[in-house]
Amino acid sequence: MSEASAPRHDSEPMIEIKRLNKWYGDFHVLRDIDLSVARGERIVICGPSGSGKSTMIRCINHLEAHQQGEIVVGGVTMTQDIKRIEQIRRQVGMVFQHFNLFPHLTVLENCCLSQIWVQKKPRREAEKTAMEFLDRVQIANQAKKYPGQLSGGQQQRVAIARALCMRPEVMLFDEPTSALDPEMIKEVLDVMVELAREGMTMLCVTHEMGFAKTVADRVIFMDQGQIIEQAPPERFFNEPRSERTRTFLSQILGH
Amino acid sequence: MASSPTPVRTQMIEAREPPDQRRGVLGWLRANLFSGPLNSLVSIVTIALLVRLLWPFLEWSLFDADWLGSSRDACSGDGACWVFISARFESIVYGFYPEAARWRVDLVFAMLAVLIAWLALPRLPAKPWVGLFALVGFPVIAYFLLVGGHFGLMDVPTREWGGLMLTLTVAVVGIVGSLPIGVLLALGRRSTMPLVKGVSVIFIEFWRGVPLITVLFMASVMLPLFVPSEIEFDKLLRALIGIMFFWSAYMAEVVRGGLQAIDKGQNEAGQALGLSYWQRMGLIILPQALKLVIPGIVNTFISLFKDTSLVLIIGLFDLLAIIRAGLTDTDWLGFAMEGYVFAALVYWVFCFSMSRYSQYIERRLHTGHKR
Repeated sequence: MSEASAPRHDSEPMIEIKRLNKWYGDFHVLRDIDLSVARGERIVICGPSGSGKSTMIRCINHLEAHQQGEIVVGGVTMTQDIKRIEQIRRQVGMVFQHFNLFPHLTVLENCCLSQIWVQKKPRREAEKTAMEFLDRVQIANQAKKYPGQLSGGQQQRVAIARALCMRPEVMLFDEPTSALDPEMIKEVLDVMVELAREGMTMLCVTHEMGFAKTVADRVIFMDQGQIIEQAPPERFFNEPRSERTRTFLSQILGH
Repeated sequence: MASSPTPVRTQMIEAREPPDQRRGVLGWLRANLFSGPLNSLVSIVTIALLVRLLWPFLEWSLFDADWLGSSRDACSGDGACWVFISARFESIVYGFYPEAARWRVDLVFAMLAVLIAWLALPRLPAKPWVGLFALVGFPVIAYFLLVGGHFGLMDVPTREWGGLMLTLTVAVVGIVGSLPIGVLLALGRRSTMPLVKGVSVIFIEFWRGVPLITVLFMASVMLPLFVPSEIEFDKLLRALIGIMFFWSAYMAEVVRGGLQAIDKGQNEAGQALGLSYWQRMGLIILPQALKLVIPGIVNTFISLFKDTSLVLIIGLFDLLAIIRAGLTDTDWLGFAMEGYVFAALVYWVFCFSMSRYSQYIERRLHTGHKR
């Protein structure tokens, strides 16, 4: 499968984005994005709404098509070819703002579905893997329930487990805590911190600056479809160089 | 106030049983029908009207009716004479199907009943295999049994088919054919491929824009003009194809309604997990979309079932047509009421069963919770 066609070199970046441009109609959402993510690197992306941060990470697994530029994930160059795209998607897990669990399937079935149909695993083996990951996000006791019977925080943990079941090389988080009640944010962040400790390559769009300070190797600030500033968290929060970054930080940290 | 509320609650309130709300029959009547002078008046007038209107019908159809006998002499003339139906029952069920071969129809009926029961009752096992047999094996067996001409079975041309068996044949073929075609058309209409989308839209809009009667006329009169005369297309087959396409266009729009109601995040989650288009549709989108539109699908099934009666205009003798034909029998002139009431009852039983089953299945599939 992907391992065969994509030889691994630890020196080679996990994700390489070069001069990425994307338009929605006439609207230029992503402008000359250059980004290289090393294996095991944890990146937090922040910025005002409409700055293109979600769009950028959705381009990485081709939930959005870009018009110009190059995206290479794990040595596989993105094209319009559906086989290529699926090869990339098998390496990339994604967690959404609104969880997007499948409501007609139980928690366990949610986690097994793609293992069975994409990885062609036998059901029993898929369930074993699923239970392992559900256990890791501490929700194994809810495996037989339907997503609608769980709280938002529990659902998001299931969504993380579902993505991990595919044993991805990279995890994309698209505002994973924005739809949660405040008292549930911590349980999801705890799981993400744990995941970061284990060395998972992570790209996380979030406004949780505490999370950024704890786990990020690099914080990226985006505005108007471009990367304005990127720096390790200490420098990013203590001595931001761009005026725009300073304004943004004062707005979200100011109260 | 005697005591002000405590500023901090130290003792939590335990959950208590709700107050008893049972009222009994009299209590229910008082609360719902006779809760005030106006309500009482409306109730009394309504009940009086119902009795006034329904009583004569009940008298005619049940209390004064004649049930037993084998000829017209058994009819007393006070109420309905159901002897008309029982005397003609065989032809109502089998049409002109040769008597010697009617066991074949019975066998198909029995298999159909067992298959439907098997698929409908949740306890019975091996549903996927039974379902596969119902969709693939059963039609083939039913075809050879009903048409004959092979395995030493007498050939029965479709012009000899009729009555309830014809109605059920048309309805079952229509229902089983229109749903999958409708689903494909609905997916096609939402496709990003312009050609697939265009063909789907044109197909749907063509069939939806034409009355079913026109479709049937075209199928029986116009189609022979286009195909070479050596190929003889069976009249029933032509009607079946017309009905299937006609209703699949409606089905497509019902299903499309369901597809549109599914959050696009569902599709994205499937994509992110690496599922292919057909896997996403088959495993994630359609199960949810079809469940949402069960009422619409069954509504279409019911319309289809009732509209099978239109085949009489191209000379096929379905249930209604065979009963009408019976009315012109000189031995049985003047029994139109019995005939039509019976026909209505048969249609109603089938349609009402579908309606009840759909409500049951909706409750069963309800996982209780959105996202």
